[in-house]
Amino acid sequence: MRAFIKKEFFHIFRDYRSMVILFGMPLVMVLLFGFAITNDITNARIAILDNSKDIVTHQITQKLISSGYFLLEKNITSQNDIEEAFTQGKIKAVMVFEPDFARKLKTEAQAGVQIILDASEPNTASIINAYASGIINTYSLVLMKGLSDLPVKINVESNMYYNPEVKSVYMFVPGIITVLLMLVSAMMTSISITREKEMGTMEALLVSPLKPYQIIIGKVMPYVVLSFINLIIILLLARFVFHMPVQGSLILLLSESLLFIIMSLALGILISTASKTQQQAMLLSMFALMLPTILLSGFIFPIKNMPLILQYISHIMPSKWFIIIVKNIMLKGTGIGYFWKETLIISGMTLFFIGMSIKKFKIRLE
Amino acid sequence: MSVHININKICKSYDDVEALKDITLSINAGEIFGFIGPDGAGKTSLFRILTSLLIPTSGTATVGDYDVVKDYKKIRQSTGYMPGRFSLYLDLTVEENLNFYASIFNTSLKENYDLIKDIYIQIEPFKKRRAGDLSGGMKQKLALSCALIHSPKLIILDEPTTGVDAVSRMEFWELLKKMQKRGITIIVSTPYMDEAALCDHVALIQGGKLLAVDKPENIVKSFKGSLFAVSANNMHKLIYDLDNLMNTSNVFRFGETIHITSNIDDDLLYTENAHKHLSESGYHNITINRVEPVIEDCFLALMDQDMVKG
Repeated sequence: MRAFIKKEFFHIFRDYRSMVILFGMPLVMVLLFGFAITNDITNARIAILDNSKDIVTHQITQKLISSGYFLLEKNITSQNDIEEAFTQGKIKAVMVFEPDFARKLKTEAQAGVQIILDASEPNTASIINAYASGIINTYSLVLMKGLSDLPVKINVESNMYYNPEVKSVYMFVPGIITVLLMLVSAMMTSISITREKEMGTMEALLVSPLKPYQIIIGKVMPYVVLSFINLIIILLLARFVFHMPVQGSLILLLSESLLFIIMSLALGILISTASKTQQQAMLLSMFALMLPTILLSGFIFPIKNMPLILQYISHIMPSKWFIIIVKNIMLKGTGIGYFWKETLIISGMTLFFIGMSIKKFKIRLE
Repeated sequence: MSVHININKICKSYDDVEALKDITLSINAGEIFGFIGPDGAGKTSLFRILTSLLIPTSGTATVGDYDVVKDYKKIRQSTGYMPGRFSLYLDLTVEENLNFYASIFNTSLKENYDLIKDIYIQIEPFKKRRAGDLSGGMKQKLALSCALIHSPKLIILDEPTTGVDAVSRMEFWELLKKMQKRGITIIVSTPYMDEAALCDHVALIQGGKLLAVDKPENIVKSFKGSLFAVSANNMHKLIYDLDNLMNTSNVFRFGETIHITSNIDDDLLYTENAHKHLSESGYHNITINRVEPVIEDCFLALMDQDMVKG
């Protein structure tokens, strides 16, 4: 079996094309998304409508501008000018301080800032929103210590113009992880098994005393390792390019991913038993796995907005459940208690696919 | 220590095609047994049944004491099989291929080096080369080494010399003879009739049926009628005109000439008739010579008879 795994690694490392798919794709995909997001976040032009013009609003404005993220394009004097400021196209956001800001903060311990964003570029908008809210919140904490014992609260209310339903771009990372793990695991294994069939080497393997499970494990083991490496590359890129930390337990994330990888591999084996040539295996994986993963898993299109029948179909997409798990761990930082059901579903699917592929794996030729 | 093989009424059909029709024969331990027949004759199907890769539709076969269906695990351990296509990993080197095949049979190159030394020595200078970059003959030698690496008692070679140059083919057969001396039973199939003479027994197979099973020399002896080699200026047309010649059967191209078989005893009369017939049809440079039949003639004659019967 060791020899088998070694041989499989030779295949992978000597095949220029599969190497490119294996390691190029996650890099390209993550970096593409990464750049789409980091694009122009520094020096985003903003306008300020200060209805209060007191010391506190002045300080907040200073904080915003000195952060390096924002450039003050202009000061607006009336609510009516906001629309016009946007249509000129230069500014990305308008900060609106309510009247009597400082006084309200003192007497009522809370005051409101409204951030109005140009969400025609949703990624930029959501990041500006996050940064501006962050800066204002930090300031309110500092203020709280100095002012009084009362908890001081600055209410940040954000309004997404032009695209009120903006989706956080963080949602893409779990999607990319899912697609890539599925692709690498299922497609690569199914192709590598059918390649043996095509080359006639499967005949030689079958007449050897190797047991079917040894052939299968030998075949999939390298891809488990590679998928895992891929996962780590994506997570590192997410961390350093997206600035997206893993909120929950990393170990939990890795073990859930391992489960998903095993499931995808089993699916890959199943595909390989159904296809005779590498092209067939590739097309099957593409249409049976890739497209549904991308379209029906909630990765791009929210499942809630789908017609009912597609919603039902999405239930049998393993990727849907996995995306829920990844989002939970990465974004919400929740523990297994919140997604044991999803984990159970994926485990069940894994067992099902493994059983099916062992049953369908032929110890003889057709 | 080597194994004998019994094949008893084996039939195999795929969907609507009957690949093997009621094959019965036995192969002695330690001999080289050749299956001769054109593509699609059923050789590969039969070999796959013997290596336990296929289950026969009906009939039984035993390899040594093992049944090919029930005891497939035992058979897989003691049989070396070289499939018709190169069963090598083209992106692995010669050495890696050998080591891999050795290890899946739980052995090592070192352990059985002695066994494959004769063959391996010829490809050893290229051991760091990838199998895909080897010549056809070299690939076959490597594939044979891989099939032999676990010291099987029986090796089954499916068209090992197809697509290999004449010199390499001869070398390959010398290697097979050496293997035979070690007591290994060898079953080989080939579309090349000239290789038939190198086997101890041959089976002529066509359309899933056995036409003859015998020693090569006996098959030649059983040839009926006298054989003539004919040539003339217009060879393309000649073959059709010879078809219409009286008392003639089995007209087929044989290298540079056309072989025909006379159905009458008087050779002289026959050649004179043929000569006359051809010159009347406008041929020049006509030569008609009596030749001794070789196995290909026998095979083609048997095929013809079979077609007439069928």
